[in-house]
Order: sequence, then C-alpha cells, then structure tokens
Amino acid sequence: MTFAIDGAGALPVRAGLGLKPEHLDEILTTEPDIGFFEVHAENYMGDGGAPHRALAEIVARYPLSLHGVGLSIGAERPLDKAHLARLKALVERYRPQSLSEHLAWSTHESGFLNDLLPLPYTKQTLERVSAHVDEVQQTVGRHMLLENPSTYILFEDSTIDEIDFLDAIAERTGCGLLLDVNNVMVSAVNHQLDAFAYVDRFPVERVGEIHLAGYDETVDGAGDRLLIDAHNSTVADDVFSLYRHTIGRTGPVPTLIEWDNDVPAFAVLLAEATRAEAVLDEAAQRRNASFARRA
Amino acid sequence: MDQESFTKALLDAGQPVPDGVTSARGEADAARFAVYRNNVAVSLSKALSQRFPVVQRLVGDDFFNGMARAFIATTLPDSPLMFAYGDSFPDFITGFTPAAALPYLADTARLEAQWTRAYHAADVSPLAVEALAAIAPERLGNTTLVPHPAAALVRSNYSIGTIWQAHQGDEVSVQTVMAPESIVITRPDIVVQVHVIAEADAVFAAALLRGDSIGEATAAAFETDPAFDFGHAMVGLVSLGMFAGVTDQ
Repeated sequence: MTFAIDGAGALPVRAGLGLKPEHLDEILTTEPDIGFFEVHAENYMGDGGAPHRALAEIVARYPLSLHGVGLSIGAERPLDKAHLARLKALVERYRPQSLSEHLAWSTHESGFLNDLLPLPYTKQTLERVSAHVDEVQQTVGRHMLLENPSTYILFEDSTIDEIDFLDAIAERTGCGLLLDVNNVMVSAVNHQLDAFAYVDRFPVERVGEIHLAGYDETVDGAGDRLLIDAHNSTVADDVFSLYRHTIGRTGPVPTLIEWDNDVPAFAVLLAEATRAEAVLDEAAQRRNASFARRA
Repeated sequence: MDQESFTKALLDAGQPVPDGVTSARGEADAARFAVYRNNVAVSLSKALSQRFPVVQRLVGDDFFNGMARAFIATTLPDSPLMFAYGDSFPDFITGFTPAAALPYLADTARLEAQWTRAYHAADVSPLAVEALAAIAPERLGNTTLVPHPAAALVRSNYSIGTIWQAHQGDEVSVQTVMAPESIVITRPDIVVQVHVIAEADAVFAAALLRGDSIGEATAAAFETDPAFDFGHAMVGLVSLGMFAGVTDQ
C-alpha cells in the first residue's frame, strides 16, 4: 500500500539532532548546517504557544523527524484513539519527512507509565503489534518506522527472535524499521549476545533511520554487566564502532544523535553529529567509487 | 506474562519479579526488573519537577521527590502528554501531612499548574482595549466577555504571587509577607504573564471569567471594596489579555 503523505519526501542522508528547547535560540540565530531535527511528538501536542511557534520555525529551515514515545504500540489494550488523532493532526500540520515509534508498551488501564516497556515475542504479540502498526498507518495516512527496543529482561514466553519479529511486522504492514544502534549494544550486552551478529542479521533494506546515543553501565544481581539506555552522554566507543559496521552494511542512512538527559551545550551535540556524518560521507564516497568502477 | 501483572509489580517495589520474566542466565533478576521500576518513578517525578519548579525549590529536591513518589502512587498520568500530568498535584499537596508546615505550598502549585496550561493554550488574539471602547456605554452593563484560553485567576490566602516571582531567578530573596494575594495568568502572545492584582479586581475578574455580565461583576467588586475603580480594573484586565472577545449584549 502507498500513502499520499509519503510524498512529503524522505530525510536527507545526513546526521540529525534531537531538538532541545534550551538550544532553540542558538539554532535559529546561527542556523547550523544540520541534516534534520527530530522531536518527540508528545511534546508538541498542546493546543498552541511556544512549542508550536518553535517547531514552525524549525520546519521552515530543516527537515523534520517526528518520533513518538507514547503510542504504546505493544500494549495488550487497543490504541488510544484520542492520541492517534493528535498524532494525525501533528503529521498534517508539520508534514514530517519521517514518522517513527517504538516496539514497546507504556499504557495500562491504571494510566500512562512513561517508560518503554518490553513485550514477549510470540505469534499472539506479532498479530497484535502488526494490527496496531497497521492502524497507525491507516489513521495517519503514511508509513512509519518501528524502532528496535533496548531491554533489561527476557520473557520465558518468547518464541520468536527479535529480528524475525521486527521483519515480520515490516513484511505484514509495509512499515520501515528504525535501527537504534545504541539499543542493539544495550540489549546485546544485557542478554549476552553479539551486537555485531545482530546487525549482520538485521534486514538492512528496511532501515529508514538510525539512532545513536550514550548508555550508562551497572551490574545486575548476578554481577553481570547491565547497560542502561540513558541518552545522557556521548556515543560510547563500542557503539560507534558498531555504527561504522552498520553503515558498512546499510550504506548511508539518516542518523540521529539522541541526547535527552543532562543536555550539554549545543556545540557538544554538533560535534557528535559531525562525527556521525563523517562516517556517512565515507560510506557515500565508497559507494560512488564502486559505481565508478562498475561504469 | 501479561501486562496486568507486569504493571502491578512495576508499581509496587514490595512485589517479586513477575512470573515469566527471565534473563540470559535463565532466571529472574530483581536488579534488572528494578531498572523499569526506577525508570517509571524517576521519569514521572521529573515530569512533575518540570511542571512545579518553584514548589521543588521551596521544599528541596529530596522532599519534592518523596512527595512526588507519594503522588505517583495515587495518580498515574491519564495520557502520554507529560506537560498535562499533575493537574491534581496541588490538591494532593493540600492533604499531604508532611507539607503541612508550608500552608502556601498547594496554592503555589496551583499557580504553576495554571502557568503550564497557559503556556500550551491555543493561540488566540486577545480582545483589544479599542474593541471594548467601541461598545456603546448603555450596553456595557449587559455585556459578557469570552475568557481567553490561556487566562486564569488563582486566589490564595498567602502571597503566592510574590513567592513565585521571588523564585524565578537564580537568587531567591526571602519573602516574609503572608497576606492574601490574587494572581492573574495570561498569555497575550507567546510569553506567559503573571500579575498580582488587588482583591476587588480579583472579585471582578472571577465574576467575568465565570460569565457574569460586566454590570454584575462590577456590583460584586463594589461590594468587596467601595473604592473599586471600574475603569482601571476593566482596562487593566483587557490589557493583560484576559479575554478573547465580547458576546452579544
């Protein structure tokens, strides 16, 4: 299926940054050469005021990635129709070049839990998540990207491998995938798997965007390494190596630096974006050289 | 594993790790499940501290976090919009015994809750003073005004407007004034404005906001204070951006 709004265009194949209100004045004054900005959709679901004024200014200058954190696509309960309507209105108003959400749940009958909670991978959850992704796309009228989660636990019920699960949802719904390379490292360490092997098995043709971020580190009750998806520091060396490896497989893909806690000066984010963009540029040159050889 | 039992265990640190949760070692690990518990508590507490920064400064981080966690245990967000979380936090503070020594705390929270509502309210041009002046004097008494979507009035037995103002900068000047105050919150354009107004003006504003006619509101204000200055109050409230329009007289 194709959707009319998919014609809004794609993100440029460059590095982007999460938009933080404390950086807004500097961004609008200096207009830094950034590929795109990404915002959390929920922060712009008020009726009006400064957030919308700011986003309109950003959209006038930069491509936009709209990243939801509250849709609860993995929930057992039905999707929140009012929230879907708000998302649709936001997409129609700002025409983002990318729309994404998480393979996670956060809403329960008792309320919104404000965390991206994990789900077992089974035939039943595959049906449910696919139906929810389908509902989002039908309601909003465009395709979305679904992001691989960072997790701290496993479920005895799980019968499907995470990559197969994501691939099957994409196959059924036509959605793309957002590959969060930091999440890959966090989950791989936490579940004693090989992060590089995960990337090697990932269906790269479905990847529409990559996320990079910093993690925290602790240990679990057994003394095993436990990485926490913290978004509060520079991208760790091992994640950056994994990113180079990923781009080697995917080719150049729009790449976002996420930094949501202990947000530093804008220059620090800019330096992280520059570092990622150098990897994208190298990959593009390699690809061009290989085309030139073939021609 | 169902999300019902997962949520129950998430919200109650006294519960064991729910059945069906495991790890690469093949056994449940409490420290791993605690990451989720911590994420929920910390992220919701952070959402409250972002909406109620003056309350947080008044009581300090530790007390605020304890109060926030007690509130979170009674009230989860009813939507994913974190800026709307905590509408009932002021009422919770009223009944929160450990905060009883700070009787102005709940009303300060009420002011901050209204500030956020004003910040996110719909973009609407406020009624201009000229539009008010254009109403024929003999019709003014029966005129009612449409409240601006950002407008709010918070009335307190304590000087919460002064307290709020004193906590906007890095340096806090100690306030000892504990007199009743009424605060008008408006957002005529993009910046939220907070103003302390006189008691009779507050009675006037409250009447207009609930839909009383200008005549009725004026009578109520005079009852509070025979020295009520209608022209000053009317032009003042309109200038602050309290109203969005005039309804048929």
